[in-house]
Amino acid sequence: MAVHRRVRTAFTTVAALAIVGVLLFPLYWMVNASFQPATGLLQTPPRWFPVGGTLDGYRQALQSQGLPLLNSIVIAAGTVALTLALSVPASYALSRFRMRGAGALLFALLLVQMVPGIVMANALYAVMNQTGLLSTHLALILADSTVAVPFAVLILRAFMVTIPTELSEAAMVDGAGHARVLWSVVLPVSRNAMITAALFAFLFAWADFLFAVTLNTDDSVMPVTVGIYRFIGAHTADWNGVMATGVIASIPAAILLVVAQRYVAAGVTGGALKD
Amino acid sequence: MLARIGFLAPILVFLAAFFGYPLVANFTMALREYTAASFYTGEAPFVGFANYATVLGDPVFGTALFNTAVFTVASLAFQFGIGLALAVFFQRHFPLNGVLRSMLLIPWLLPLVVSGTVWRWIFDQEYGVLNQTLLGLGLIDAGIPWLSSTAMALPSVTVANIWVGIPFNMVILYGGLQSIPAHLYEAASLDGAGPWQRFRHVTWPLLRPVSAVVLMLGLVYTLKVFDVIMVLTQGGPANATQTLTTWSYSLSFQELDFGLGAAVGNLLIVIALVFALFYLRGLRSSAGAPTRERR
Repeated sequence: MAVHRRVRTAFTTVAALAIVGVLLFPLYWMVNASFQPATGLLQTPPRWFPVGGTLDGYRQALQSQGLPLLNSIVIAAGTVALTLALSVPASYALSRFRMRGAGALLFALLLVQMVPGIVMANALYAVMNQTGLLSTHLALILADSTVAVPFAVLILRAFMVTIPTELSEAAMVDGAGHARVLWSVVLPVSRNAMITAALFAFLFAWADFLFAVTLNTDDSVMPVTVGIYRFIGAHTADWNGVMATGVIASIPAAILLVVAQRYVAAGVTGGALKD
Repeated sequence: MLARIGFLAPILVFLAAFFGYPLVANFTMALREYTAASFYTGEAPFVGFANYATVLGDPVFGTALFNTAVFTVASLAFQFGIGLALAVFFQRHFPLNGVLRSMLLIPWLLPLVVSGTVWRWIFDQEYGVLNQTLLGLGLIDAGIPWLSSTAMALPSVTVANIWVGIPFNMVILYGGLQSIPAHLYEAASLDGAGPWQRFRHVTWPLLRPVSAVVLMLGLVYTLKVFDVIMVLTQGGPANATQTLTTWSYSLSFQELDFGLGAAVGNLLIVIALVFALFYLRGLRSSAGAPTRERR
C-alpha cells in the first residue's frame, strides 16, 4: 500500500514536470535563442540547446537597449512612488472614516479599471500635448499610475479594514492625530499589503507598451518595451539580439517571482476579488 | 473634517484630472473633426455624430467586431478550461507542487511585448520552431504562414493570448478550490461518488461564484488586448487580426484622426461597461449566496 502510494505521487510529480515543461517551453525557447549565434537560428533542424553559445545577442541588446532599460527603471520607480503617495492616505481614509460618498468612490475605482487603455491613451495624448508633457518621463509615470492607483487602493483598503480599530484608538487617546496614526501605527502593520501594491505598480509600469508607444514622439524617453518593438521592426534577422532583449526585459519579473512569491499570489487574487 | 479632505484630496484631484477629464475629452473628441492639425491650430470643427456614422459604415468595423468576438470567446474558453484542469491537477499532494505552481505564473508576469515577441519567433514561417517541428515530423510538406495568411493569423494570435492568460485563471480557480471544505469530498466519497461525480456535484457548483469572477475579468481584459496583437501582426494581414482596440489605435495614432479613434474607443467602453455591470451584479449576488443557504 505504502509503496503503491509512493509510486503514484512520483508519477504525479513527473506528470506535473511535463506540464510545466510544455507550458514554459516558449520561455525556454527565448533563452535558447538568446544564446545562439545568428547563423545557428537560421538552420534546419533547429538547435535545441545553446551548445557553443555566444553572448553576441546580449552585447547587441545592451548596446541598443541601455537607455531604454534605464528609462523603464525611472518610469517604474516613479510610478511606484506616485501610486503609494496617492493610494496610502486614500485607503486609510476609506478604511477609517465613515463618510458619504465612500461607497461611490470605491465603485468608481472598480469601474475605471475596466476602461480600455486605448481610450485613455487617446485622451491622454491630447492632455499631455496641451500641457507640454508629451515625450517626458512624467507623462508616462502619470499614465501608468492610472492603471496602478485603483488597484493599489482596493488592495490597501481591503487590508486596512482588517486592522483592529483598538490599535489606532489607543494611539489617539495618547494624543496622536490621524497623520501620526497612519504613519506610526497603520503603515508598519500594512507592510505586506504595501509591498504587494508597490510590486504590481512596478510590474504594470515596467510592462506598459500602449502608453509608451502613444505618448512618446521621440526616442529619448522610450522604455524597453518600445525598444524591443522597434528592434524587431528594424532587425528581423537578428533574433538572438531580440531574444536577449526579451530575456533582459523579463529579469525584473523573474526576480520578483523568486523574492516576492507570496506577494505575487496575494496580488493576483486580491486584484480579482473585491474584499 | 479637514483631515478627511486632506487624506482624500490628492486622489480625488488625480482621478478628476487623469480619468474624469480624459473620459470627457474622449467623448467630445468623438463629436469633432479632431486631426493632427487640431493640435497645432487648436481648431476642431463640431461634426455631431458624423464620426460614429463613418466608423459604423466602414467595412473594417464589421471585421473588427467579428475578430474581437472570436478572439475574446476563444481566449476565454481555452484559458478557463486549461486553467481549471491545471487547478484541479495541482490540488493533489505531491513533491515540488508549490515550486511548479509558482513557476507556471511566470508567463503572466512577463511584459506582454516580450511574450508576443517570443511567439512571433515560434510562429516564424521559415525558421520558427513550430513549423520546423511539424516539418521534421512529416506532418506538413511546407511551412505554414501562421502570421502572414489571413486564415491562420487570428487563430495564431489567439493561441498566444491563451497562453498568456492561463496562469491567471489557474491561480484564481486554485484559490477557489482550496476554499471548498474537504468534508464535502469525504461525504461524496462515502456515498460512492467517483472522481468525475465529485467534480460534477461538489467542485463545479461550489466553484461557480469564483468562475463567474474569473470569466468576467478575463472578458473585460481580453476586449482591450493590444500588445500581443501589435507585436505579432499589427492587426494584419488585410485586417485579419484587427480588433476594436487595434483599430482605434490605428485610426488615432496612424491615420491621425483622433475623432474617429475616439468614436471606436467609446464604442469599446460601452461594450466593456455592459459586461462590467453584469460582473458587479454577479459579485453582489454571489456575496448574498451564503445567507440564502443558511435559511
